[in-house]
Amino acid sequence: MSTLLTQPIDRRGFLRISGLAGGGLLLGTSLSFTDEAEAAAPVLKGAGGGASLNAFVRIGTDGLVYIAAHTPECGQGVKTSMPMLVAEELEVDWRQVSVELVPLDAAYGAQFAGGSTTTPRCYTPLRQVGATARHMLISAAAQRWSVPASECRAESARVLHPASGRSLSYGEVAANAAKLPVPDAKTITLKAPQDFKVIGRRITGVDNPAIVTGRPLFGIDQKLPGMLYAVFEKCPVFGGKVLQANLETVKSLPGVKDAFVVEGTANLTGLMPGVAIVADSTWAAFSARRQLKVTWDEGPHANDSWTGFLAKASELGPQAGKQSLRKDGDAPARLAASARKVEAVYTYPFISHANLEPQNCTAWFKDGVMELWAPSQRPAGGPDLINEVFGLAKDKIKVNITRMGGGFGRRLSSDFMIEAAAIAMRVPAPVKLTWSREDDLRHDHYRPGGVHFLKGAVDDSGGIAAWQNHFVTFGNRGRPGSGGSLSADEFPARFVPHYQAEMTVVDTGIPMGPWRAPGSCVFSWVIQSFIDELAAAGGRDPVELRLALLGDKAVVSTPGDRPNAYDAGRMRGVVKLVAEKSGWDKPLPKGRGRGIAFHFSHRGYFANVAEVTVSKDGVLKVDRVVVVGDVGSQIINPSGADNQVEGSIMDALSAAYQELDLEKGRIVQSNFHEYPLLRITDAPKVETHFLLTDNPPTGIGEPALPPLTPAVCNAVYAACGKRIRTLPISKNDLRWS
Amino acid sequence: MTYTLKINGQTRTVNVPSDTPLLWVLRDHLDLVGTKYGCGMGVCGACTIHINGVPMRSCQMPVGTAVGMQITTIEGLSADGSHPLQQAWVDEDVAQCGYCQSGQIMAAAALLKANPKPSDEDITNAMAGNLCRCATYQRIRQGIHRAADLAAGKAVSS
Repeated sequence: MSTLLTQPIDRRGFLRISGLAGGGLLLGTSLSFTDEAEAAAPVLKGAGGGASLNAFVRIGTDGLVYIAAHTPECGQGVKTSMPMLVAEELEVDWRQVSVELVPLDAAYGAQFAGGSTTTPRCYTPLRQVGATARHMLISAAAQRWSVPASECRAESARVLHPASGRSLSYGEVAANAAKLPVPDAKTITLKAPQDFKVIGRRITGVDNPAIVTGRPLFGIDQKLPGMLYAVFEKCPVFGGKVLQANLETVKSLPGVKDAFVVEGTANLTGLMPGVAIVADSTWAAFSARRQLKVTWDEGPHANDSWTGFLAKASELGPQAGKQSLRKDGDAPARLAASARKVEAVYTYPFISHANLEPQNCTAWFKDGVMELWAPSQRPAGGPDLINEVFGLAKDKIKVNITRMGGGFGRRLSSDFMIEAAAIAMRVPAPVKLTWSREDDLRHDHYRPGGVHFLKGAVDDSGGIAAWQNHFVTFGNRGRPGSGGSLSADEFPARFVPHYQAEMTVVDTGIPMGPWRAPGSCVFSWVIQSFIDELAAAGGRDPVELRLALLGDKAVVSTPGDRPNAYDAGRMRGVVKLVAEKSGWDKPLPKGRGRGIAFHFSHRGYFANVAEVTVSKDGVLKVDRVVVVGDVGSQIINPSGADNQVEGSIMDALSAAYQELDLEKGRIVQSNFHEYPLLRITDAPKVETHFLLTDNPPTGIGEPALPPLTPAVCNAVYAACGKRIRTLPISKNDLRWS
Repeated sequence: MTYTLKINGQTRTVNVPSDTPLLWVLRDHLDLVGTKYGCGMGVCGACTIHINGVPMRSCQMPVGTAVGMQITTIEGLSADGSHPLQQAWVDEDVAQCGYCQSGQIMAAAALLKANPKPSDEDITNAMAGNLCRCATYQRIRQGIHRAADLAAGKAVSS
């Protein structure tokens, strides 16, 4: 151990810890501050004082250990689970920890909440942060006692010297520890999982006490001295420009401080043109907006409609696709030669994220510096856009990250940040932009709809012999929207001998963005439903056919550098366990049914079994969902992980009942009375099981979601023989006799 | 106009236009931001408060209608976060994003006041008006049962 503590560090006091996909994490360390470069090294600041050992750890003078939460929190639980990793290796009890949300700072590397990447990106580096800090504390105590560090150990925020029975608290040695060199993390052995005291425990969220007492936490809760309140009206047809507005009338209304046109850009997910109203309260701004009259140049998309898009898709579907995604064997020939084949068209609509906290951002442009308070999953996106649109240097843009009232991918976009900044540049005060619910639903970056034209053939034994898909997707300027692009490696590619996938993009003017488990959230429904159709055509049990399809393959790699290796063994594991846990073989009466589906996304392997009741008059009730997931060897916080799975299941069920209509280029739905979210009345019972396997721990915010919808639809088929090929589910007549 | 309101046991005076919903008076003028804006039309429940002990949608109440009433917000549900529901919500780790939870707790508090030992069906009926976009409904149900046990002085498993 003593050799570890004498490892030199580089001059700037930075320690790069690598070894993970994505480039690792840059850790700033606070050291001796003997020269300018080191003085600039980041430390964990905060009001409590004490000694900072690196950018993540400060030992307080109050007996607490302060740990930075550097990843934005949108409900996925990282503000708790990531500091748990540091605390574990630091050898502090969780009750001794106080978590501090830190602003956007290069010291923290990627500060980003998307793609279920936080756990795989940070699992090892954050443990190393805790472990290096622990070594510094032990070393400082050992020096004080003039004993070898190897004779000391740490426990509950104290350094112990068992041979002499002496001990010192972290607080007593922190100032000295902060002056020591940071050991090379690569040389430190991390704790063995059987010694974990924090990781693996059910730990309640660190913000829960503030949430249940209503303390300010969220973006929309921010308030600054002299702050003004803004609304921003955009054209109901996406990208439409302001021709004229009754600004003088609006400016004369009670409480209104200013009203002006923001010219905007052509970027559909950036700064759109619109009219800003700035007032002395949110309500004054909302009220004034009702008097606002704008004449718009609605642009080229003013006659677009969802029915028009569907008609276009129906015309394109039977034709050859514009783009070939993959061609294995000869699917058309195998289909032509097959006696048993199925053709089906699967259709799903555009839907919204519908975060319960509407988009908002507070901005203050003062002395040439733009400071933002942003509920953002990707806070760096704000400075990127502000720099691009206004030319303001990024070092003149500061971002404070707030808790988010839901993310689901919506807050990976930065439109609300650039809008707030654009308004703040015209206002000599801090200003909070608040979108109305109607703004939020009508100016989302939507999950794209899609239409899949499928053909499949089964062989003599009922196995899947051929699979052909022409996916008609929706996009902008010839490119599929975010989440609207089918991977060439998407299952069952590589598992069916004759496989062909093609894609054609229908152009729209609709802004699109990632929606929880982008692509997977709908592709899984299409694929796993059609597998069920082929199982029925071939007379095979849905679980048995799926296991046969996975076969005895191990890891199925991909050509080139596509990172989509598919571990068929891990998938077989979750399928078998979900069948067992759900009682798959136990018969159910007519009108009740079980359905299975599995999906691999975001490094996670998930299988769901849904159990449903369909009444004779066609009312569907999801009674129970059993989920088995394999996200590696360790669940960091089982409470948070279970919560994510339960939420994912219900989110998918909620989405399966949602749809947006587009008429005359405008989103028709305006608020929750027209766009219903799942309520407690329809919440199924969810049972979650994790299959621990010898693989690195990965994220849980998304991968449980994709298999739910096909599991439910397959269960409906089992219950009443009705096949759901169109979402929302409510579009289907499920009556039976 | 000037209005005098009784909020969380205190008297507060505000000067706002008469059509201002109580929600925005609480949030912008009195810095009680625990009550949330979700839909502005009374369908999501994020703005639920108690008026004379009855759960109401503060986004639908013009400020004047609350004059003379006892207004309770999440900040006044207990002095120190010790209401059984607040404890149970922490113990059960109910929240994901947490945005709707003050409204959920206020709705649940009214339920427990009227029905100290609610059944699952009672909970479903009482909580049907409150949306949770993260869909923490399973834990909301557990949280209410746990709070009922806490209030009844029963030992609850950790």
